[in-house]
Amino acid sequence: MLADKDRIFTNLYGLHDPGLKAAMMRGTWDGTKKLIDMGPDSIVDQIKESGLRGRGGAGFPTGLKWSFMPKESDGRPNYLVVNADESEPGTCKDRDVMRHDPHILIEGCLIASFAMRAHACYIYIRGEFIREREALQRAIDEAYDAKLIGKNNKHGWDFDLYLHHGAGAYICGEETALLESLEGKKGMPRLKPPFPANVGLYGAPTTVNNVESIAVTPTILRRGAGWFAGLGRPNNVGTKLFCISGHVNQRCNVEEEMGITLRELLEKHAGGVRGGWDNLMAVIPGGSSVPCLPGDVCGDLHMDFDSLREMRSGLGTAAVIVMDKSTDIVRAVARLARFYKHESCGQCTPCREGTGWMWRVLTRMAEGRAEKREIDMLLEVTTQVEGHTICALGDAAAWPVQGLIRHFRHEIEARIDAYAANPDHDGAVTMQAAE
Amino acid sequence: MSVRRLDPVQPKNFEFTRQNLSWAKGQLKKYPDDKQASAIIPLLWKAQEQHDGWLPEPAIRRIADMLDMPYIRALEVATFYTMFNLSPVGEFFVQLCGTTPCMLCGSGDLIDVCKRVIGSENTVTEDGKLSWKEVECLGACVNAPMAQINMDYFEDLTPEKFEQILADLRAGKTVKPGPQNGRHASEPLGGLTSLTDPALYNGKGRSSKAAAKPKRASAAAKAKAAIAASTGKQAAPKLMKAPRKGGADRLTMISGVGPKIEGILHTLGIFHFDQVASWKRAEVAWVDDQLKFKGRIDRENWIKQAKALAKGGEAEYIKVFGKKPR
Repeated sequence: MLADKDRIFTNLYGLHDPGLKAAMMRGTWDGTKKLIDMGPDSIVDQIKESGLRGRGGAGFPTGLKWSFMPKESDGRPNYLVVNADESEPGTCKDRDVMRHDPHILIEGCLIASFAMRAHACYIYIRGEFIREREALQRAIDEAYDAKLIGKNNKHGWDFDLYLHHGAGAYICGEETALLESLEGKKGMPRLKPPFPANVGLYGAPTTVNNVESIAVTPTILRRGAGWFAGLGRPNNVGTKLFCISGHVNQRCNVEEEMGITLRELLEKHAGGVRGGWDNLMAVIPGGSSVPCLPGDVCGDLHMDFDSLREMRSGLGTAAVIVMDKSTDIVRAVARLARFYKHESCGQCTPCREGTGWMWRVLTRMAEGRAEKREIDMLLEVTTQVEGHTICALGDAAAWPVQGLIRHFRHEIEARIDAYAANPDHDGAVTMQAAE
Repeated sequence: MSVRRLDPVQPKNFEFTRQNLSWAKGQLKKYPDDKQASAIIPLLWKAQEQHDGWLPEPAIRRIADMLDMPYIRALEVATFYTMFNLSPVGEFFVQLCGTTPCMLCGSGDLIDVCKRVIGSENTVTEDGKLSWKEVECLGACVNAPMAQINMDYFEDLTPEKFEQILADLRAGKTVKPGPQNGRHASEPLGGLTSLTDPALYNGKGRSSKAAAKPKRASAAAKAKAAIAASTGKQAAPKLMKAPRKGGADRLTMISGVGPKIEGILHTLGIFHFDQVASWKRAEVAWVDDQLKFKGRIDRENWIKQAKALAKGGEAEYIKVFGKKPR
């Protein structure tokens, strides 16, 4: 288990004061000037060396992403945009960082902006997080007042930090949709290329990073890339905030080492699965967009990017949704399908039409009001949505359904059989001619 | 996608209050010259706040004018983002999260409460106080099930508590937002399983260059002790058949001991702070082994906590650790 001294988010639960003074006591803003003095290139090198992979879901190496930013300006400014539009079902880690440990994020914004030669950074926070927005704005004001950021600040790098908010669109968590939204348009993703590092916010080079990715960087630089790289498993290093929801005894957020086994994670921090480990039916290991895994393969499942990919699932945002044997899993996935139907932006036909279609078919299947051949038809439709849309929302809508059919086909079939065997169901067609 | 249309009944016009207008002008400064359109979401949101929680058509036009945007672009934004209510809502607007993590934890029962107490979705009660809507994930999944009422999150709800909150709001009473089951935020309910090391918070742990060296030494010493503890030497501490007269101490006051661990300690025969305080290395190792939590006693500093509690109870604990025990 991760020792407390190796945890980065020391006020995750808000049991201590989120203000500047207390944050400094916890080590935030400690020797930031020295980190800035390292110079932008060596900061990027350190982050590369630390092996940090983006914490927003895709797991792309953060240092590499930063190195795509142009070093010489062609007259356009560089921007850093922090993606705080946390809306993936199951995920609620950035919320705690922003309301309880905002300074750790602000310091990260300064350092990351400096490393990418950006003088301005926007944090795009989801609209529903109103209290979190207030907490973060308070902290930003504190940092301005203490001359930690702003023009002519203590650190010698002019830097403005702005907080911007959305208004309830999941799709704005996609980086180019976020940029569109930040420019005052509908949040519809852009075609790539050009990538944001070339043409991003207001047509200028931009990097979009998750809150957690940015917030861990100062600590990595302070303690050394080697420290971070020494935690976890090869290629999947460092610490990670896990959100454990669903059927566990104590739902919670916790920072743990990457690659911890699922069982250890649940039993150490979440009080175990409701009704004991054997009562586990399925787990969605990384937020709603990744396929679920059945309980019997979860025994020594390592929670990291590569191990979960091998299992044909993913770490995503590390939001673990636990389902015990009382769960109606078909209905649970049908509810996710409804989520994607609601959140599709409507730009690409396969996603706009496919998400609604999948939801309607799954709703029927949850009742058993379907035919078995429709299971394969549904699977085929998911593959027609997957990979045929501008952004990954189409994939994200398809994967949970694929996971359901891959592992729980028997559940759907049993339900169809049960429905067919009972002629008294609502909507059942009685053989009138024969009577 | 969801179909969203403007309300058939619209006010004639809309003007920002003077205060909101100057706030709006301040917002424009966040964005580069000629990029003022960026401010549309914050401005529409402010208009909605000012206009009893819903966004009328004249406000969309007014803001488009302010930002020098074509009306259709502003209308697109207003209809795309689902937090803009295009029809009137109750004074207390309940947004109930119904997505899978909340659904697993019983949001269906909360929907039933809404239907019973408020009525059908998207209709305002006759007294104008309440209306409700099922929304998609609000990002508080470890505190499921939950609902947002106006600006605040109400988490860890049960149908009874939820109904009480709705009744209190209707009656004009103040209600406490946040988790409703006694926890502070997203920590595990049964007691902290991490972040219990006081060194993180006393300023010595990580900041200042001077502290770096001794810390490493103490970390090494700790590691050594942990190895010693794990490689054998174990001895049972003094155990008791029953607590002394006056009953057992409340062991859960030790940070790191939850009700579950307290139960185990009781079955082992450990009831009092002074028992814990007297443990030597080998005894710690023995208890550690019984609890099957490697190194937890050291990590959470039970012995120092127990010493303080045995000596002077809560007051002494505060003196030593600078905070109240749980």
